[in-house]
Amino acid sequence: MLELGKENFEDEVLNSDGVVLVDFWSDNCDLCLDLMPDVEVLAEEYGDDIKFAKLNIKGNRRLAIGQKVLGLPSIVLYEDGEKVEHLSGDELEVEDIREAIEARV
Amino acid sequence: MSNTYDLIVIGGGPAGMSSAIYGSRSRLNTLVLESKRKTGGQPSTYHDMENYPGVPETTAPELMDNFREHAEKFNTEFERGEVVDLEVNGLEKIVKTKKGTEYKAKSVVLATGAEPRKLGIEGEEELKGKGVSYCATCDADIFEGLDVVVVGNGNSAVEESIYLTKFVENLTMIVIHDEGVMDAEKILQEKAMENDTIDFVWNSVVEEIKGEGMVEKAVVKNIKTGEKQELDCHGVFFFVGRVPNTDFLKGTIELTENGYIKTNDEMETNQPGVYAVGDVRNKVVRQVITAAGDGATAAVMAQGYIEEEDYWQNNVLKSDNSVLVAFWSVTDQESMDMISELESMGIEDNDYRFVKIDTYKNRLISNRYDIEEIPTIVKLVDGEVTEKLVEPSTKEIESIL
Repeated sequence: MLELGKENFEDEVLNSDGVVLVDFWSDNCDLCLDLMPDVEVLAEEYGDDIKFAKLNIKGNRRLAIGQKVLGLPSIVLYEDGEKVEHLSGDELEVEDIREAIEARV
Repeated sequence: MSNTYDLIVIGGGPAGMSSAIYGSRSRLNTLVLESKRKTGGQPSTYHDMENYPGVPETTAPELMDNFREHAEKFNTEFERGEVVDLEVNGLEKIVKTKKGTEYKAKSVVLATGAEPRKLGIEGEEELKGKGVSYCATCDADIFEGLDVVVVGNGNSAVEESIYLTKFVENLTMIVIHDEGVMDAEKILQEKAMENDTIDFVWNSVVEEIKGEGMVEKAVVKNIKTGEKQELDCHGVFFFVGRVPNTDFLKGTIELTENGYIKTNDEMETNQPGVYAVGDVRNKVVRQVITAAGDGATAAVMAQGYIEEEDYWQNNVLKSDNSVLVAFWSVTDQESMDMISELESMGIEDNDYRFVKIDTYKNRLISNRYDIEEIPTIVKLVDGEVTEKLVEPSTKEIESIL
């Protein structure tokens, strides 16, 4: 999965054609760390159709808030640079993410 | 491998994992079913853990990881699954998960806990994960340098507020009580009062959360004056009590009006062999240590239950011969005399099986056969009661043989 930061977020997500999935996470978010291996499995499965990326909100908080991400874990899907789906909350399951992906490939 | 166990624990919080530790250490084949991705229950979403005896320096998630490791050391199995149904057919209990998997066990411990109560105010559901949070440790990083509002004034609200002050710029606690009055323990209240980052708004509730796609303002109402004010903030944390997870038990297990499971001091529910422990149980004190205590009690009771039931099934109900059961107790001389008399009568030589039940130790069987006085003798043929003699004479005993 592509590592995002201030320097490449605009190019890789907002100015990118097609579907981009961004996994917002942080070291203190246990749920994010538990979920990430599952997202990586999805990345292998759907990597040809969708760009998978992750953003550590440590040091990128303003960027996250700019994307209206105020809860972890957050999985946000962009289509041609537009935010089209925001999955969040402690009940977020990998199946929910898969469903959201399936709806867009 | 079949899905059959001695003991199934539903819920992997401190109460459930304590049952599992005690159960599997007593050689019960034990399974813990947890609906969440991670075990640990409520404490795994908190940070501070200052009052678990014997562990002065730890965090709540770390302590919960240790519980799990401890259970695994004694070979407890863990599986993920949300239980949607419990069926009780005597010694066989069937547990079904949302995905349709069926598990069977001789005994079940209900440790499903409670989840954060939602207020149901405007904006709460829409802005969940977009500034509305029920978990400080999950979201603390995001709110670094920002302003947040905390609703509630119990132990959780105060502890989590203190934790959040390590991250946030300003934190405002909305307290429904008069100035200086909080539900939290004194030691926590004092810490909160001394903390420069925490402000208090007394006599007030949050009425609405406003924002376009993310939290921007909390509408706070003073319940005494009716006056409203809007607080600019990026996050609103709710710690306003919890509700028990017992919907799937309705009709099977006796619940209180508020949905908590009714138990006695031995953690027994209305169904023999089914126990309830921890926050889901109807009780007053809800701490990690009390949850752990509940868990231990239930596992010891479950072990006794399984032994008694197994013995009864194998030696009485499934016996090819007729069975004479003598109910006795060491505290009752008459019943002890009867036991020695029966033993000298050579009952087993007459193709009878002779079983003794200590009514003090084995209340389960004694209650099932309505034994009110001892000595009592019950005769069973093919598992059915054919005679019941209360305080019988030798003659009466001989007459039923």
